[in-house]
Amino acid sequence: MLLEVRDLEAGYGASKALFGISFDVDEGEVVTLIGRNGMGKSTTVKSVCGLLKPFDGEIRFRGRRIDGRAAHHVCRLGIALVPEGRQIFPNLSVRENLVMAGRVRPEGREPWTLERVLDFFPRLAERLGNGGAQLSGGEQQMLAIGRALMTNPDLLILDEATEGLAPLVRDHIWTSLDALKATGLAMIVIDKELDALIGFADRHFVVEKGEIAWRGSSAELVADPSIQEAYLGV
Amino acid sequence: MAESDPHRPALVERLAPLVVVALLAAVPPVAQMLGDPFLIKVATRVVVFAIAAVALNLILGFAGLVSLLQAGLFGVGGYAVAIAAHHVFEAEPIGFSALAWEGSTDLALTLPLAAAVAGLVALVTGMVSLRTSGPYFLMITLAFDQMLYYGAVALQKYGGDDGLQILTPLSFAGWDMSNRWRFFYFALTMLAVVLLVATRLVASRFGIVLRASAENERRVAVSGIPPYAHRLAAFTVSGAVAGLAGGLLAAGQQFVSPADMHWVRSGDFVVMAVLGGLSTVWGPVVGAAAFVVLELLLSSWTQHWQLAFGLIIVAVVLTLRGGLSDLVHLAGRSRGAR
Repeated sequence: MLLEVRDLEAGYGASKALFGISFDVDEGEVVTLIGRNGMGKSTTVKSVCGLLKPFDGEIRFRGRRIDGRAAHHVCRLGIALVPEGRQIFPNLSVRENLVMAGRVRPEGREPWTLERVLDFFPRLAERLGNGGAQLSGGEQQMLAIGRALMTNPDLLILDEATEGLAPLVRDHIWTSLDALKATGLAMIVIDKELDALIGFADRHFVVEKGEIAWRGSSAELVADPSIQEAYLGV
Repeated sequence: MAESDPHRPALVERLAPLVVVALLAAVPPVAQMLGDPFLIKVATRVVVFAIAAVALNLILGFAGLVSLLQAGLFGVGGYAVAIAAHHVFEAEPIGFSALAWEGSTDLALTLPLAAAVAGLVALVTGMVSLRTSGPYFLMITLAFDQMLYYGAVALQKYGGDDGLQILTPLSFAGWDMSNRWRFFYFALTMLAVVLLVATRLVASRFGIVLRASAENERRVAVSGIPPYAHRLAAFTVSGAVAGLAGGLLAAGQQFVSPADMHWVRSGDFVVMAVLGGLSTVWGPVVGAAAFVVLELLLSSWTQHWQLAFGLIIVAVVLTLRGGLSDLVHLAGRSRGAR
């Protein structure tokens, strides 16, 4: 198992948001966290990435405990986050955004280098010298994904990667993510676009009021419309 | 129209630091022609303050940290040079028995010492203050500055409040440094080296991380980079260079006093950086020149020179968002538009 989350409890200050979340991700697998706003999806992801210290529970990456470790540590172990809201550095150029995150990890797959990221997102190659703030929404999202890839992760976490993008751009991002999946990269995806997720992901976890309310494969999710009605407000 | 590519800055912008250094280099001959050696003294002061302001801007303009400790570190460097010379003059070694050191008047030894001591103080104070941010960082660096200031006042052995005079001639690896011309060009060389190194540093990956952490620390952390370590390294380097500048000030005026360490002086360094421009490495040199010259001119007209000075700062900050160095950018842009 690549990532195991057991009975995760977390929150902000005194208010608890997660009440015992458990899920796992296998090598090369794509899972989703789905559910309505404010149910704890982003809080779960923040806890995994070390941006939020959990109250209780265990997070293991490749068997190693990572809960409560600093964010840069978690990233170095091989978990990369594409945060909500296109978080690039507007004061750096496209090249600098990518180069700063670059890190070669000895083990495994063909490493992501600046050249490989630019081959993967040719749009970025055209805008290499531009400031991050001058990019379109889609380009910013490509840059955020590219920056995450530069850390050469084994697990990529995408929090609302297609939110607020034009349909055509959204399709482009999904195509890119498909290509990434084909490389054997494991992913956790949070998104509202259920149709795209069903075709893309292997397994789904429905997060409801800080707990996992349902889990199953894409086929099971499609087969049971009541789940979508009950938890996703479709 | 697209803005200029930041990786291929216009020629005028790349030449600007060279022009600034060349203009300063022209001061001694001009001073001689005008028969006004005082100008060399002014220019030396500009160069020394410029080194400290460029160092401050590494953490202020690029890492977004407003520190009020710079004068303290500047003073630590000054005292290192002055105390080493003082012990030679008194023929009284520092420390005792096996660890005794007779002091030194050789700047080839005492300037690196000044940088090392100031860097060490910056490292220790930075370890504490960099755990905070924003107004708290400002207040903690202010507190450390005052501690250094009162520490210097308490050094009765070294003049206390009155400061410490350097009564022996200083040299650099055998060259007599009491010659005004020679000392000026020596300090200017230091400034050129500092500018060169700072430019490289800002463009390096270290510099990229520094600029990124000014924008958003968490985003840096999720990219696998510990922002704290980078900031501490930058703070230490900045402090060491401030110490070098302080050592040069003490050597140049043969005197150092706690007044150079007061937090108001730290504020002056911030003003120099802002006035010159935070976004360029060389901007603070222009800021230091403007500061020293305006201080001289305005204070010769009126005792309340700060009043006029304040108005000028307000005008510059409001009209030129990038400080005085923006004038060069504007010149470059209007040329490009033609």
